[in-house]
Amino acid sequence: MIGVYLLGAVAIAIILFFSRNKIFVYSLAGLFVVLQSLFTIYTCFHYDATELIYFSYDSLGVILLITLSIIAIPAFIHSYIYIENHHENPPTRAIYLASMVLLIMAISAGYLSNHIAVTWIFTEITTLSASALIYHHRNKLALEGTWKYVFICAISITFIFIGILFLSLSLQHAGSDDLSFRNLLARRAELNPVWLRMAFLFIFTGFTAKLGLVPMFTAGIDAKDKAPAPAGALFATVLMNLGFVGIFRFYIVIANTPLLHWAQLVVGSAAFLSLFVSTVYMLKVKNIKRMFAYSGIEHMGIVMLGVAAGGIGYYAAILHIILHAFVKSSLFFQFNQLYRVFQDKSIYHIGNYFKYNTTGAMVLLLGFISATAMPPSGLFVSEFLIFKSLFDAGQIILLIVVLLLLTMIIWAFGKNIFKVLFVPAVGFDDSNVEKISPWESLSQFILLATAVYLGLNPPAIFVQMLNESVKLLPM
Amino acid sequence: MIHVLLITFLITLFYMAIANRLMTYIKVLALQGVILFFVVFLQLNKIDTLNLIFILLETIVFKSLAVPIFLGYLLKRNNITREAEPFLPNFVSLVITTFIVVITILISNTIKDDNLDKIFFVVALSTLFFGLYLIATRRKIITHVMGYMVIENGVFVLSLAIGNEMPMLVNLGIMLDIFASVLILGIFLNKIGDVFKDVDVDQLSNLKDY
Repeated sequence: MIGVYLLGAVAIAIILFFSRNKIFVYSLAGLFVVLQSLFTIYTCFHYDATELIYFSYDSLGVILLITLSIIAIPAFIHSYIYIENHHENPPTRAIYLASMVLLIMAISAGYLSNHIAVTWIFTEITTLSASALIYHHRNKLALEGTWKYVFICAISITFIFIGILFLSLSLQHAGSDDLSFRNLLARRAELNPVWLRMAFLFIFTGFTAKLGLVPMFTAGIDAKDKAPAPAGALFATVLMNLGFVGIFRFYIVIANTPLLHWAQLVVGSAAFLSLFVSTVYMLKVKNIKRMFAYSGIEHMGIVMLGVAAGGIGYYAAILHIILHAFVKSSLFFQFNQLYRVFQDKSIYHIGNYFKYNTTGAMVLLLGFISATAMPPSGLFVSEFLIFKSLFDAGQIILLIVVLLLLTMIIWAFGKNIFKVLFVPAVGFDDSNVEKISPWESLSQFILLATAVYLGLNPPAIFVQMLNESVKLLPM
Repeated sequence: MIHVLLITFLITLFYMAIANRLMTYIKVLALQGVILFFVVFLQLNKIDTLNLIFILLETIVFKSLAVPIFLGYLLKRNNITREAEPFLPNFVSLVITTFIVVITILISNTIKDDNLDKIFFVVALSTLFFGLYLIATRRKIITHVMGYMVIENGVFVLSLAIGNEMPMLVNLGIMLDIFASVLILGIFLNKIGDVFKDVDVDQLSNLKDY
C-alpha cells in the first residue's frame, strides 16, 4: 500500500504542477487528502507490518502519521482560502499545491521508514518541497529566507550523511552492513563506541535543522516567517516532528548501549540551550509570526529535555510533540486572518483584535493559553510530566532554571498577545477592515479541543500506542 | 599511490586558503574533482564495473567539469568582482587551516580501528572543517557555495573509505551531491543574481528580530 501511496502522491504532485484549471487543481488536492486519509487508516489496520522492506507501521510512525493527516486537512482548506484571497495566478497556485502534496508525502514516508538512510532521503525531499513553498511570494525577503533555509538544510543533510557513514563504520565491527534501526538495535553490543559517538553527534546536529534546536534552528525560523501561513503551520509542527523521529529512533539504539549517559548529556545541553535562546528571542521579537516560531523552539527544547531525563519523560515527550502539533498549527492557521485585518506582522501595528474579528481573537486567546501550557491545555499535562521526569532524574537546579526561563517566555508571549487582543494600535485606520467569516476559525477550534481532549482524557488506545513507542527504551 | 593523491588533495586546501581570486577557487575545485577521479579508480577495486563507471563519471563530469563551468558562468553573468574578499588576512587563514589539519590528525590518533585507513579520515575531516571555515570567513554568497562544494568533496572522500564494503553509501553520497548542488546552484544562485545586484552576504540580513 505504501508503494501505491507514494506513487499516487508523486503522480498527483506532477499533474498538479502542470495543471492550470482551477476546479481540476482543487479536486486533485482533495483527492490527495482522501489518499492520505485512506493510507493512514490502512496503516492503523496493518499495525506493525513491514512493506517494501524499508517501511514499518510501528506505533511511533503511525501515531505521528495520524497527527499529520489530521493537520493536513485544515492545511489544504486554509491554503484554498489563502490562494483565493491573494488571487494567485494559476502557475503559482500549481507550484504551491504540488509542493504541499510532495511535502506531506515526504514527511509521511519519513515517519514510517525503518532505515536511517531512507529517513535521510525523505528529509532531503522535504527540503526541496519546503523551499518551493518558502519562495512562494517571489520577493526579496522570500528569496533571502529560501536561500538561508536551503543552504543550512543542505549542510545539515550533509552532516546526517557523515553521521550515517560513521554509523556504518561502527557497524563494520559487528560484521554487518544493514543500517535498519532494528538491526542496529539487535547488534548494539557489538557497535564500536567511538564511531557511534561521532555518528550520534553528526546525526543529531543534522536533524536539529528540522527539529528546531540549537545549533541549526535559525533557518527554520526564517522559513516559517516567509512561507505562507498554512505551509508555515506544517513547517512548525509536522516537519519538526520528522526531525524528532530521526533523532528519536537513533536515540533508542544509543540508549541501549553504555553511551546512554553521554547521549543524555548531549541532548540535554542542546535542549537547554534552545530553551535559553528561545527565551532571549521571545523577549525581543516584534514579528508575531516569528514569535510563534520561537515558541516552537521552546517546546522542542522542553521535549528534548524530557527525552534526556528519561523515565516518564519519554512518554511525555511524544505526547508533547503531538499536542504541540495541534496547538501550534491552529495558531499558524489563525495568523492569516490576523494579517488580512491589519496587513502587518509587527506587534506595533496590530491591536484591539477583539473588535474586528471576535471568533479569530478567541482562537488566538485559547491558542495562547494552550501554547503556554496553562490548564486546561493538554500541554499542561505533558509539560508537567516532563518536569516530573526532570525531578526524578535529580536535576533540581536545571528544573528551577527551566521554570524561570518558561516564566519569562509566558510573560513575553502574554504581553504581545494581550497587546494584539485588547490594546488599540496607534494610527490604524479601521474604515475598510475586511469582515472575516467565523467559519474560517472552526478548524482551529477543533484542533485546540483535540489537544485538550488528548491531554486531559486520553483514550486507552492512544496511551497504549504511546507506551508502545517508548517500550524499547531503558526505563 | 592513494596516499600521495589524498595528500595532494590536502595541499589544495592550503592553496585555497591563500587564494585571492574566485577563478582560482573554481580551478582548485576542478582539480579536486580530478584527484578524486583517480582515488576512486585506485580505491574501489572490489565493486562491480557498472557502478564504478557511474562513480567515475560523477567525479569527472560533475565535480570537475559541470560545477566549475557553471560557477564560472555565474561569475560572468552576475558580474561578480574577481576578489574573494576574506574577512581575515591570508596569513591567518593559512595558520587556521594548518591548525585544522593538526587537530584532525590528533583526533585520528585517538581512534584505534583497523578497518579504516587513517589518511582518509584525516583528509575528509580536515576538508569538512576547512569548508565550514571558508563559508564563515568569506563575504560573497558564491564563496559560500564553493565552501559547500569543498564540504561535499570531503564527504565523498570519507564515503570512499568504506566504499568497497558499502557501495550503496557512495551512491547515496553522489545523490546528495547532485541534488544539493543542483538545488543551490541551479535554482537559487540564478535567482539571487537577478534580485540582488551586488551578490554579498551583507544584503541577506533583512530577516531579523529587532
